[in-house]
Amino acid sequence: MSAENAEILRIFIPFIILLLIAGFYFILATRNLIRILLGVEIITKAALLAIILAGYVTNNTALAQSLAIIMIIIEVFVVAVAAGIIIQIYKKTGSVDARNIRNLRG
Amino acid sequence: MSLIIGLLVILIIAVLMVIFSTRLLMSAISLAVTSIIVTLLMFRLNSPLAAVFELSICAGLITVIFITTISFVKPVAEEELLITWKRRLKKYIALPVILIVVGLVISFLLKPMVLALPPVLQETNVAYTLWNIRQVDIIGQAIILLVGVFGIVVLFREGQNK
Repeated sequence: MSAENAEILRIFIPFIILLLIAGFYFILATRNLIRILLGVEIITKAALLAIILAGYVTNNTALAQSLAIIMIIIEVFVVAVAAGIIIQIYKKTGSVDARNIRNLRG
Repeated sequence: MSLIIGLLVILIIAVLMVIFSTRLLMSAISLAVTSIIVTLLMFRLNSPLAAVFELSICAGLITVIFITTISFVKPVAEEELLITWKRRLKKYIALPVILIVVGLVISFLLKPMVLALPPVLQETNVAYTLWNIRQVDIIGQAIILLVGVFGIVVLFREGQNK
């Protein structure tokens, strides 16, 4: 690995970890279901950036890009289905508070 | 290199805006800004195809999905916003401090470390990799796509029946 790649890795890793921490903190601290989904998005961004970075430093961007594309498409479906579930919860309970769905059956 | 550091700092600021904003719409727009910055970083890391996907899907489509979802939810009154803002500030005030401390600690830990990943030189064509090497991923993706479509159809059909 070249010196430039090592330097890039050294710059990116702390920021990716910070993104992960911010996302997890957001999910744990909030009770709004839409905000929880936003937190999941932040974590996904960190993972995506890590995959692309790994591809760049190992000189294998083609594989990293193909994985990133698959991840982005799956991310859309996760968000779409989760948004549908949130809208249904809002219609049933009248709020998007996660505490309202604590007493679900099962 | 300073461009990358600048973009990463803006990325963290955009993420903090997503977290601290009291209005959900502002949070969704900040998330779109986050996606745009991730796109720029991807271009810098020689991944233009993934960057285009990130820009069109994450900054475009996902933002539209979020805004549509937010439009279904009842808006918060102005007086309530101020109370919510104070409550949120109290809840998240520790986050910037944690981020700064963890960031500094990781940076100091990484400095003496020898970072070495093995160079893996394989196929350089993204389309070839996607369709010929990662075929199983494509099948899995197609299944997830179908499951997603069925999930959305079932969710909204149930809503109409009631």
